[in-house]
Amino acid sequence: MVAQMSNIQQRNQGRKDKLIVATAPLCGCFGCHMSLLDIDERIFELVELVEFDRTPVTDIKTIGKCDIGLIEGGVANAHNVHDLREFRANCDTLVAVGSCAVTGGIPAMRNQFDLKECLEEAYIHGIGVENPHVPNDVEIPLLLDKVHPIHEVVRVDYFLPGCPPSADTFWQFLTDVAAGNEVSFPYSLIHYD
Amino acid sequence: MTSPLETAERPQDMKRIVIEPLTRVEGHGKVTLLQGKNRNIRQARLHITEFRGFEKFIQGRPYWELPVLVQRLCGICPVSHHLAAAKATDMIVGAGELTPTATKIRRLMHLGQTVQSHALHFFHLCSPDLLFGFDDDVQHRNITGVIEDFPDIARQGVLLRKFGQEVIRVTAGKRIHGTGAIPGGVNKSLSLDEIRYLQDDIARNIGWAQGALELLKNIISEHYEHHMQFGTIQSNMMSMVRDDGAFELYHGGLRAKAVNGDTIFDHVDYVNYNDYIRESVKDWSYMKFPFITSLGEEEGWYRVGPLARINNCDYMRMPLAETERQEFMALGNGLPVQSTMAYHWARLIELLYCTEAIAELLCDPDLVRKELRIQGNLQGSGTGVVEAPRGTLFHHYEIDERGIVEKASLIVSTTNNNQAMNESIRRVANQYLDGNRLNEALLNHVEVAIRAYDPCLSCATHAMGKMPMELNLVDASGELVDRLEKRVTGRIMRTI
Repeated sequence: MVAQMSNIQQRNQGRKDKLIVATAPLCGCFGCHMSLLDIDERIFELVELVEFDRTPVTDIKTIGKCDIGLIEGGVANAHNVHDLREFRANCDTLVAVGSCAVTGGIPAMRNQFDLKECLEEAYIHGIGVENPHVPNDVEIPLLLDKVHPIHEVVRVDYFLPGCPPSADTFWQFLTDVAAGNEVSFPYSLIHYD
Repeated sequence: MTSPLETAERPQDMKRIVIEPLTRVEGHGKVTLLQGKNRNIRQARLHITEFRGFEKFIQGRPYWELPVLVQRLCGICPVSHHLAAAKATDMIVGAGELTPTATKIRRLMHLGQTVQSHALHFFHLCSPDLLFGFDDDVQHRNITGVIEDFPDIARQGVLLRKFGQEVIRVTAGKRIHGTGAIPGGVNKSLSLDEIRYLQDDIARNIGWAQGALELLKNIISEHYEHHMQFGTIQSNMMSMVRDDGAFELYHGGLRAKAVNGDTIFDHVDYVNYNDYIRESVKDWSYMKFPFITSLGEEEGWYRVGPLARINNCDYMRMPLAETERQEFMALGNGLPVQSTMAYHWARLIELLYCTEAIAELLCDPDLVRKELRIQGNLQGSGTGVVEAPRGTLFHHYEIDERGIVEKASLIVSTTNNNQAMNESIRRVANQYLDGNRLNEALLNHVEVAIRAYDPCLSCATHAMGKMPMELNLVDASGELVDRLEKRVTGRIMRTI
């Protein structure tokens, strides 16, 4: 657990402006975004504390300058690399959210196989497959041969553990940062399952 | 019938328009359009651009990991994957019929899942479009805008979703990626305290579900013709039904109906699904294209999910929902309702059904009994099928004599709708884009048509949210001709 004061926290101490937060799902399952929504009624407080920039629940496509970027999912294709670098460049504080961002997670189980084997299993040898061939069109982004945790691609400031991190973990993190406090999680919030 | 807009002749002569990313499809989908002379649309495709490879990498894992491992395909409907995998492993451990307690705990879990997913889709994702209009300011058209302008509706949505998540937590131990179902049963039943806790909230949740449905019906009726024809296509419908034809989400046979309402197949044992459905691979998408084998690829594609389930069932067991179903079916004058926007309507009838069904199930004394699990002799394969929030979900596994997975096949709900979503986009492109210069209405209309299906493409490789977009118009040589962008300010700008 990284628990240092970031620039943005220091800047925010004593500041009443809303934090600007962006979020992105890379190669994950969207469960971390769902878990953020599991703060339930606290969302009404959250919108007083933060303003959302690019996230899947706003219509903002291009990320602007943000205080915090929350990244769910690992890095599995060229698109993910591009999005992740864009987030790093625009966010003062970048957070790896959940197992897939932190370690590659379940999708990284494909790393023990050749990518070719994975593609052929799905599109050639699968049960009931018609017109078997591996999709191969310029419109589809290039897959990486392995799935990577995000810290292998960019510098990461915080890691929120869990599959997914609980709503309380998100809440603790965001309210600590908003208040300018040092982020620290009790033992009960640090676990996988 | 597949639209001629799927593949253009001489694409090299046309202008290519890209809509990317579609964040509703988790940021990993996009739409491309080709415009020929006079800006006529010649080709429209929804591409799913993510691949994860579950079928391969679960090979070599023991079967008992499947319910907790494979649910991590999807954080929005993990319970559906959890239960489809659990049902497959029930067969693998030779469990036969489960105990009443195990079946009912799983049913309750799944009803909770459907409530949370449908509430999320309607309130968090779609209500901004429906409440503010397709052309509302982009910066405002989101859940934060709903919280500001309609705090009561937002609160009901948040609390309905919370209730669904709490039903899951109580039955599965955890809201997302829980562990309740195990091969041959469940690992816990409920305590009386837990039942009372859920019962405390149920009446107002039923009321809110009714309110959401009324709200939607009012919105649709204000512009009835527009909503009924928007992105509408003619398709076959497939879903699970109970043995007596009743609406069913957890266990039953497969039923498919044609556009004219004729039965294509009925009460099919889902273990044999492979005899009825095949999946075609197309070059330009990681999501496969399933079709009904007997009808062939061209005529055999179909829709699944709320619209198909309401169209296909003979009745719903819950009284408030059944009344709503009858009103809904009257729209079709005896034929299946084909309106794409009617997905929203059907989804909210299901939301109401699920809250009623939870209320009924919470009174069942089997929920607190302790007979949790059945074990038999290990079998070589297992198939599990449920109706996930977005449609029929198939899991099939083959194992070796040690119980290690050798082969897996998954057809996830959204994949079933692949061709249909593509056809709806083509319909919208024809209706609103053909011959026109790019504008904000185009962005929104494509977005709205896809959103009606509530696609979840993590499952298929899954997504949500609104669709921030950038449209680039590129000529055949790759030169950028035109570009529209949604800015951080929410404004649509022509940036060339």
